[in-house]
Amino acid sequence: MGQKLTIEPVTRVEGHGKVTIHLDDDNNVVESRLHIVEFRGFERFVQGRPYWEAPVLVQRLCGICPVSHHLAAAKAIDVIVGVGPDGLTPTGEKMRRLMHYGQIFQSHALHFFHLVSPDLLFGINANPEKRNVIEVAKEFKELAVQGVMMRKFGQEIIKATAGKKIHGTGAIAGGINKNLSVEEREFFINGKDPMNIDKMIEWSKEALQLFKKYHLENKEFVDGFAAFPSNHMSLVRKDGAMDLYHGVLRAVDHEGKKILHDIDYQNYLDYIGEGVKSWSYMKFPFLKNLGKTEGWYRVGPLARMNTCDFIPSPLAQKEFEAFKAYTKGKPNNMSLHMHWARLIETLHAAEVIKDLLHDADLQGTNLVARGNKCDEGVGLIEAPRGTLFHHYKINSDDLITMCNLIVSTTHNNEPMNIAVRKVADAMISGQRSIKEGMLNAVEVAIRAYDPCLSCATHAMGKMPLELSLLDATGEVLDRKLK
Amino acid sequence: MDRTIIATTSLAGCFGCHMSLLDIDEKILDLIELVEFNKSPINDIKHFTKMCDIGLIEGGCCNEENVHVLKDFRAHCKILVSVGECAIMGGLPAMRNGIPLIECFEEAYLNGPSVKGNNEQGIIPNDPELPALLNKVYPCHEVVRIDYHLPGCPPRAELIWEALYALITRQPMNLPYEVLKFD
Ligand code: SF4
Repeated sequence: MGQKLTIEPVTRVEGHGKVTIHLDDDNNVVESRLHIVEFRGFERFVQGRPYWEAPVLVQRLCGICPVSHHLAAAKAIDVIVGVGPDGLTPTGEKMRRLMHYGQIFQSHALHFFHLVSPDLLFGINANPEKRNVIEVAKEFKELAVQGVMMRKFGQEIIKATAGKKIHGTGAIAGGINKNLSVEEREFFINGKDPMNIDKMIEWSKEALQLFKKYHLENKEFVDGFAAFPSNHMSLVRKDGAMDLYHGVLRAVDHEGKKILHDIDYQNYLDYIGEGVKSWSYMKFPFLKNLGKTEGWYRVGPLARMNTCDFIPSPLAQKEFEAFKAYTKGKPNNMSLHMHWARLIETLHAAEVIKDLLHDADLQGTNLVARGNKCDEGVGLIEAPRGTLFHHYKINSDDLITMCNLIVSTTHNNEPMNIAVRKVADAMISGQRSIKEGMLNAVEVAIRAYDPCLSCATHAMGKMPLELSLLDATGEVLDRKLK
Repeated sequence: MDRTIIATTSLAGCFGCHMSLLDIDEKILDLIELVEFNKSPINDIKHFTKMCDIGLIEGGCCNEENVHVLKDFRAHCKILVSVGECAIMGGLPAMRNGIPLIECFEEAYLNGPSVKGNNEQGIIPNDPELPALLNKVYPCHEVVRIDYHLPGCPPRAELIWEALYALITRQPMNLPYEVLKFD
């Protein structure tokens, strides 16, 4: 008679995700599943709303990176109002870019501080009780202050561009509703230490050093854990540079061969489909030319390092070269290198913010472009966790009739399931009872993989787990909690 | 004075209200000196290990587990606070209340342009591992008694801080008009 293991993050009880692992009579893993238990129905209930509400409505999907939804929706309705992805005024486009890179900066900084730093500072084998952000704050006050201030800086940029730190209103159809005042600019360039952009660049470099040191000391673990070949997808600028706000869609396979050739994302439906499985509310996207079994891919910082040809800012480009050299120019398929990639992007974001702050276009007064309206638009953006798709159709009354969303974490659905299976096969298959290490391993796999699996995991640091060993009648044989 | 014990949870919310709590920035470091966190996404405590002084609830109830968690919070928290529009009124997720649930499912899994033609068996997720959805999204005070409501989507960091600080220090709340925002 087979058995079933259930691993429940606490956050799942609160509506996020959980893992079940099915064992046969010899305790071999026959199946593992990551269930997403959340369903909201946005696609349906925004129907009937005026299109200009989309940027403020749909961002309420996620309060952790609302700016990404705000901007992806705005980019889609730019197309609807006939401005197209390339037709914004310089002030409109640059204000949005500033907002977006501010968001990348705060989200990555938060992630580094809350999620990665406990592992780096206390070690991955430290008592789990200790490996949380509060303990970091108590023992490494300086680093804690740094994390808090980096996030604050990014949030202030968002407030200055979007009007509010969370769920702002800055981006509107065809542009933006404010420019950056000279006082605001001064605050970010020459703000009292540490609140200025030069300090942020310096701290981003330090964070990278911290990771590199950790990598050097834990090479085997960082390189080997939940590593597996996969395809990778992201937007890149037309010339192949990293661009997190706009570009064409590119995918490469695990060897670096292009499998999606810099396409115009308005036609994404020709290239990407989504499958459905009965056991998860999250869908399973795939590249149509490769089909459901072969066509899945990863998105996010690691994928972006693998798809782009270079990073268009000097300090981050140097780091990018070192990152590429580590895998001899081939795509990097090591899950835990996601942290490394994320910190390179943090530095890049800080450099982009600095350039933008010195750009006089931000004080321009031509905020909104106009064009000829049509009834459909697609908006894509590279959110902190990967490519985000928004697609809307409207009727002659300007009301939304169709809304399709593919969010970053959804693209990573299959890869996360594979990561869990890898760990289950390696650590759980054939074991007689549950050990703490198994919980840890599954947790680290999902978290490193895509920390926004559940918002809480990303936001608040550790993902607590409950793992139950059940027999076929549902009786609990063993239970571990941490 | 003993440390105030705080618990927090996100039900059918977007985590923006938790993020807004983080937006108190440097004051976070003061906060962790004043309080001890019990059940919360911020730490490893899955089940309540003791009675708590303050419970902060983000999000309304959209599935049976939300209801279960909310009742558990009421049983273990002396003061329960609805934080943000979702907890207070159901918020944006409650926009589905006027629409039959099946239409929401059909749009997401059968008719959406990227699933159409790719979901050959017409699957709508229904595994027993998935918690049952409620017919509507309910505000928290329709499920349990709620002691305070903090408006906003999300409530501004200053509002959350002022309210929390008053509860922790057992002072009357001083919430000036300017920090009460409703968007
Ligand atoms: S009130 Fe607003 S910020 Fe808070 S959970 Fe709801 S949508 Fe998110």
